[in-house]
Amino acid sequence: MYRYIVKRILLMIPTLFGAAALVFFLMRLIPGDICVIRLGSGGTSFTEQALAACHAEIGFDKPLWLQFVNFVWGFCRLDLGTSMWSGKPVAYEIAARFPVSLEIAILATIIAVIIAIPLGTISALKQNSSTDLVVRTFAIAGIAAPSFWLGIISLLVVLDLTQIFLGKPWMPPIDYVPLWQDPLRSLSIVILPAVTIGYRYSAVAMRMTRSAMLEVLREDYIRTARAKGLINRIIVNRHALKNAMLPVVTVIGIEFAFLVGGLVVTEQVFNLNGVGRLLVQAVQNQDYTLTQAIVMLIVTISVLSNLVVDVLYAWLDPRIRFA
Amino acid sequence: MRIRALLWEVGLVVALAALPAAAQEEGAKYGGTLTYMIPADAPPSFDGHREETYATIHSAAPFYSTLVRINPYDPGSTTDIVCDLCTAMPQPSDGGKTWTFKIRQGVKFHNGDPLTAADVAASLNEIAFPPPGVLSPRSDNFMMVKDITAPDPGTVVIDLKFATSAFLPALADPYNWVYEKKILDRDPHWYEKNIMGSGPFKFAGYEIGQSIKGVRNPDYYQKGLPYLDGFIGIFAPKQAVQLDAIRADRAGTEFRGYPPSAIDQLKQQLDGQIKVQESDWNCTLGAWINHKKKPFDDARVRRALTLAIDRWGSAPGLSKIAVMHTVGSIVFPGSPLAPSKAELDTLAGFWPDIEKSRAEARRLLKEAGAEGLSFELLNRNVDQPYKYLGTWLVDQWRKIGLQVTQRVVPTGPWFAALRSGDFSVGTGGSCHGIVNPPIDVQTWLPLPVNKGNYGYFEDQKEIDLYDKMLHETDPVKQQDDMWNFVKWVLDDQAHIIQTLWWYRIVPLRSYVNGWKIGPSHYLNQDLSTIWLSPPQCGKCGSEPSPAG
Repeated sequence: MYRYIVKRILLMIPTLFGAAALVFFLMRLIPGDICVIRLGSGGTSFTEQALAACHAEIGFDKPLWLQFVNFVWGFCRLDLGTSMWSGKPVAYEIAARFPVSLEIAILATIIAVIIAIPLGTISALKQNSSTDLVVRTFAIAGIAAPSFWLGIISLLVVLDLTQIFLGKPWMPPIDYVPLWQDPLRSLSIVILPAVTIGYRYSAVAMRMTRSAMLEVLREDYIRTARAKGLINRIIVNRHALKNAMLPVVTVIGIEFAFLVGGLVVTEQVFNLNGVGRLLVQAVQNQDYTLTQAIVMLIVTISVLSNLVVDVLYAWLDPRIRFA
Repeated sequence: MRIRALLWEVGLVVALAALPAAAQEEGAKYGGTLTYMIPADAPPSFDGHREETYATIHSAAPFYSTLVRINPYDPGSTTDIVCDLCTAMPQPSDGGKTWTFKIRQGVKFHNGDPLTAADVAASLNEIAFPPPGVLSPRSDNFMMVKDITAPDPGTVVIDLKFATSAFLPALADPYNWVYEKKILDRDPHWYEKNIMGSGPFKFAGYEIGQSIKGVRNPDYYQKGLPYLDGFIGIFAPKQAVQLDAIRADRAGTEFRGYPPSAIDQLKQQLDGQIKVQESDWNCTLGAWINHKKKPFDDARVRRALTLAIDRWGSAPGLSKIAVMHTVGSIVFPGSPLAPSKAELDTLAGFWPDIEKSRAEARRLLKEAGAEGLSFELLNRNVDQPYKYLGTWLVDQWRKIGLQVTQRVVPTGPWFAALRSGDFSVGTGGSCHGIVNPPIDVQTWLPLPVNKGNYGYFEDQKEIDLYDKMLHETDPVKQQDDMWNFVKWVLDDQAHIIQTLWWYRIVPLRSYVNGWKIGPSHYLNQDLSTIWLSPPQCGKCGSEPSPAG
């Protein structure tokens, strides 16, 4: 087991290097210039001297291969460099945003798990019944509705309902406070986006739970358990659900990794200052160092969460042993 | 008529300059914290000398002072410039080439250090003559300045190379913040990451990328100001979020402005709890015509493009859905140097009879052998007003038989295409912090004097006309010179396509008072004159609390 984990960690190196090369060169294929955006996007004119000074300041005058080597070497030393846009350390820029994204990701995952596993299980147990139909419709609607649309609608609904029932419109605060500073305020800020994302997330996990449960419920050992006269609750909870969880855990793991850096639109809709919004800004501003660092962060989280999922497999299914 | 209007305006400027800059507003209350939306992502830095984005102004202007500024009680005027750190508006000597400013005594920076003329001179020098490694995108605004000195702690002397009406507005640019010389000498980049000025509010905190906070400066030199205990500016680039926040009273206002449709919706939702202020806006968007691409090197084709556009007929409709509003030349319509309506009517594309105008456009295209011409309009992927402008222009050009498609790309590739010349016609415009037409029209100057000319044309006559206008000190003659310049650029050569000037509509919750709109979203943003009605003002005193 330990050898397997070490091997997987070592395999991360070429994956991360490949991702680094890809993001570094893809970013440079986009036409444009961070200095021109910075100096000219307000509509005002600027001098060529100002442009040259800006280029020199951010190190654009160095050859491309040297920029790449510096980037990879910096990443190896956990030095992500300096944002070309703000001049601040990239680690500082990301660290300021990471708690928001992490809090939403965790809360959305909790919401998704709370909704998906019971409903998916009930839906499988009552296959083709009206309950199953309702649950499946709920799940399909969750997959079909884009998160940003759901976000906008949920905000408008809250505003309109509070206007109707309280006499004045209300919406959650828009300046984020970390959970450890003011838990209630923090939760009131992130609950709406977490529910919005959690719903879509739960829909995916719910469908996976249902199909995995249906498959497991048809297995011989379940039939044997029934023949032995075990009560249905024990069959479902102890024998079926645990085994059906393997694909569900995979889905949850992949989605979680996506949520940490992928809430691009939802963070914009709710004005949350998270990693996803930072990534959009970085790409729009053509801030190469910041974009590279965020993409590498997302890749690292994805690789690590896959590793965690694989380790969880062994715990969930004792038959799985890693060589 | 025009001469009389100009003389009246000059007289008004002199009279207003004599008024004290700060006078307590009747009924104003002290106290409370104003929360407002900053409709942008956080700025790259807080250094006003180096940044171009209004996000820098909207977040950090309340912390700083300037030598002179547009009168905060009359920001709608384009010429009412008053003292901020100086004691009285000076009369220039040496034929308008030497300006001597007396600096207020007893002004302190927020760190307690005294502010002297040396600080003012050092700050202005950094903008006008940036040392190596220091970015100053507005240094060209001071091209008339020879040197800036502080002969004693209470005096700043600015010597000009030539007298020009462009100097005083350039000096009143809202970005010209006064920094402490001691800090600039030690590290000219210090102000990029730190805030320390002498303005009405002291820096109280910055949540990176999210919000900025200020608290009242009890030692502020403008007596009786500011009224607020503090402010919180929240960065929010999405319009829907800003509007929701104002609706739910999470914010009292947003100072940049919205299109009419958004304002109408807010008014409907907040019946009686919202007020709006409106103004023409010193921003305009039109189109660059790339003279290096055939057949756009032919003035007849360029004239046809501009003649096809029904500015007078379209403005009322466009202004309902977009920030585009006022028909005008390349000179801001509210400026004394702007052409009259009668003059405008004679310019290509501004004729009152659009059918006649389009018939002439078709004739010119035929004469130039460019009938049914097909080309692509390069546009920026920004809603207001780029996409509205693009769609409108394509429609207008189709009415003279042109086949035009749009290529809408993000800001980076849009700039890249403009700068590489890889386009035929591309959207472009200008937006300025203060109305200063002799400087503002530099955007349209030809190569090689203006490297940012994306029309890629050279035109010595245009440069000569500009220089004559810039150096003219007689207001009436300068207006004539400006008219000759405008006519040459927009009519004779049709170098660029000028469309409509923008219009600002700013919503304020009904408890937000004391702020006046100006023709630029960069102006009047130090928040010192703003006060809140009860209960938002808290204890709502008629005097500031001793603790500030």
